[in-house]
Amino acid sequence: MEPLDLDLDASEIELENEPMLLNIGPAHPATHGTVRLVVELSGEVIQRCDVQIGYLHRGFEKMCERGNWTQVFPYVDRCNYVSPMLNNVGFALACEKMLGIVVPPRCQYYRMILGELARIADHLTAAGAMAMELGAFTPFLWMMKVREMIWDVFEEETGARLTHSFGRVGGMARPPTESFVEQVGQVVPHAIQVLGEAERLLVTNRIFLDRLQGVGVMSAEDAISLGWTGPTLRASGVPYDVRKAHPYLRYGEVDFDVPVGEHGDCYDRFMVRIEEIRQSARIIEQCLGLIPADGPVNVDDPRVVLPDKQDVYTTIEGTIQHFKIVMEGIKIPAGEAYSYTEGGNGELGFYLVSDGSGTPYRVRIRPPSFYVTSGLEKLVTGAMMADVVPCFGSLNMIGGECDH
Amino acid sequence: MAQALIEHVKKHCPGAVLQTHSQFGDETIVVDAERWLEVARLLRDDPECDMALLVDLTAVDYPEREPRFEVVAHLVSLRLGHRLRMKARVGDAEGREVEIDSLTELWASANWAERECFDMFGVRFRGHPDLRRILMYPEFQGHPLRRDYPANRAQPLVEYRQVENIDKLPPFGPDEGMSFGRQTHDRRTSRDADGEN
Amino acid sequence: MGQVTESSTRIVEPQGQGFATTRLEPMLHWAQKYSLFMYPFVTACCGMEFMGLSSPRYDFSRFGSEAPRFSPRQSDLLWVVGTISQRQAPVLRRIYEQMAEPKWVLAFGTCASCGGFYDNYTTVAGIDKIIPCDVYIPGCPPRPEAVLDGLMLLQDKIQHGDRTPAVVKPRFDPAADPGLGLTQIRRPSRV
Repeated sequence: MEPLDLDLDASEIELENEPMLLNIGPAHPATHGTVRLVVELSGEVIQRCDVQIGYLHRGFEKMCERGNWTQVFPYVDRCNYVSPMLNNVGFALACEKMLGIVVPPRCQYYRMILGELARIADHLTAAGAMAMELGAFTPFLWMMKVREMIWDVFEEETGARLTHSFGRVGGMARPPTESFVEQVGQVVPHAIQVLGEAERLLVTNRIFLDRLQGVGVMSAEDAISLGWTGPTLRASGVPYDVRKAHPYLRYGEVDFDVPVGEHGDCYDRFMVRIEEIRQSARIIEQCLGLIPADGPVNVDDPRVVLPDKQDVYTTIEGTIQHFKIVMEGIKIPAGEAYSYTEGGNGELGFYLVSDGSGTPYRVRIRPPSFYVTSGLEKLVTGAMMADVVPCFGSLNMIGGECDH
Repeated sequence: MAQALIEHVKKHCPGAVLQTHSQFGDETIVVDAERWLEVARLLRDDPECDMALLVDLTAVDYPEREPRFEVVAHLVSLRLGHRLRMKARVGDAEGREVEIDSLTELWASANWAERECFDMFGVRFRGHPDLRRILMYPEFQGHPLRRDYPANRAQPLVEYRQVENIDKLPPFGPDEGMSFGRQTHDRRTSRDADGEN
Repeated sequence: MGQVTESSTRIVEPQGQGFATTRLEPMLHWAQKYSLFMYPFVTACCGMEFMGLSSPRYDFSRFGSEAPRFSPRQSDLLWVVGTISQRQAPVLRRIYEQMAEPKWVLAFGTCASCGGFYDNYTTVAGIDKIIPCDVYIPGCPPRPEAVLDGLMLLQDKIQHGDRTPAVVKPRFDPAADPGLGLTQIRRPSRV
């Protein structure tokens, strides 16, 4: 019997080829983060994509203008809510830059350890959620188990698992607890071990590799032009890490590598995050050895740091100091400054404008995932519909930060 | 380090730099708004500047100044390691004629950053391919980050339920929660002007 | 808060095989409460605690609330997790309207319950402005135990056919019990 399509001309079975508009989100199972993608499809191939963010816009910058400098910390926590300590530290460093104060070494190491723990939690969540969206539910659960252990450390130190608001201008809210070094020393090796197990499940899986390799390629020039920083930029081959390029706290003294990808595809972005977890663990181990066992955590500046409660109740200076800081706010000198640290997704910047009073005049957060998400359009155009999921997952868009 | 950069800019774009200052370790140049694109192009293309990364673009509202808005761009050179803040002043006291050139032809990151600037402050960028709101919804009137937009003036898209006492529905009893509004330190009065489109 | 006062089920046990009698409604409610298909409408930071809840340590699938259904047509419990902005409000409203009766709504977190500390132009001050809500779980974000309390509270309400809204409160009030020592300010003893 002759084949059925022998006589058919290609144009005879031409189907209608008008592009179809498909709406993905803002409530969607495979996008962790509330974003709306309106894609124009021709068959399975995406011709155009309009990325609409702003569904979690909570007016961070406007809210900051209605309080003190210290009252910004809870708002800042909820910007990048997977690694809140990095936001706290970033904002505290920005205020301290304007005040011209440097916190004591114990505080610097403390901030570094907590910050790197938060970074590990961030990368675990990103990698785990991306794997889950591709169908691999088990590594996600294992990574959540590790994240719970990290959150146990945070709960012990700060009192809250997730949104600690622990940073203060001039130090931290409380000094490290006695069990801090020991607890972190137990959690981190276990985290690396579980990470290894989860990674082995994924990177040897043919399906996982096929879905990620070669998908969503971003060249280095395009990435820089788009304002990408952080793991996504490093996956495209640009070795820019704020901790190495412009060291802050004690990052210049600890030894760590910066993983850099080659191809700039989703697989590289995923692996860069996994490797960064290992590097963060290295940093934490070194800091645990370097952190002084005692010493002040807050800088000794009465304009900035709240005094001890005993002093507030018994001495007049303490009362006045407490009163001024609480009622009027920390007085940051008038002017503007841009301070940047390495957040979970890239260069987390704070552009602060002060008018000399205790209320911020303008707090601008430079959200790394805002710029990273703007690249989604480029990644997804020309790709298949199913590639949207790994592309979006590999960018790690955090809604609170992207939409501030 | 960035001082040499500023001298370089002043040499190649004479008259464009109106003011410079160096504060808290940051270098800033205030540029004439008409020469915004020209200076930006120099900073990106000149190999001695090589500002390949536009890290942030935003605006600040100074209602008591004229011009009122300051568009602020932060630039970074990955290869040379220097940073610069570039500012330009636009707009009159009423918030009209707030226009400046768009930087989208130089850096792709300017696209979304300028959309956000337009959304929050009403700054129009000439030559932007797609200037529409990004964080707020299209039906929103006004520009929320302007100083004269009251912080809690909401413009709901969905009609609220017609239920009695909607602010304190059960199970929140009459004696629960705060009876006064949130105290704010904002002593600068927000003029209750209607937000412009 | 959640006490089963009187069971409507009687175990009848003749010699050998036992069987139970009950009424239809409690049995129906029992089935409903232990098989809630949830629609996780996750927006913000509370979503992290939601992930923590689904993770092995706090595991809410023990409570029958295992299956997330990402279609509102197939779910009966709408978990509103995180801040709802004005832009998101029509989306939430639409999803609620698409759900079939009987449906319940759980406000997870302070932002969903009352707007939280986002008192501004862009946040809806509580989802009850838009959709009726059955259980409010305050917290920023609430501890997983508090959420499980809320889930159990909701399950108890379903069992009793109670549609009045409720809020999760701590089981005991630290200020009421001086023995807990949380309100004592320990002063150093002076000799």
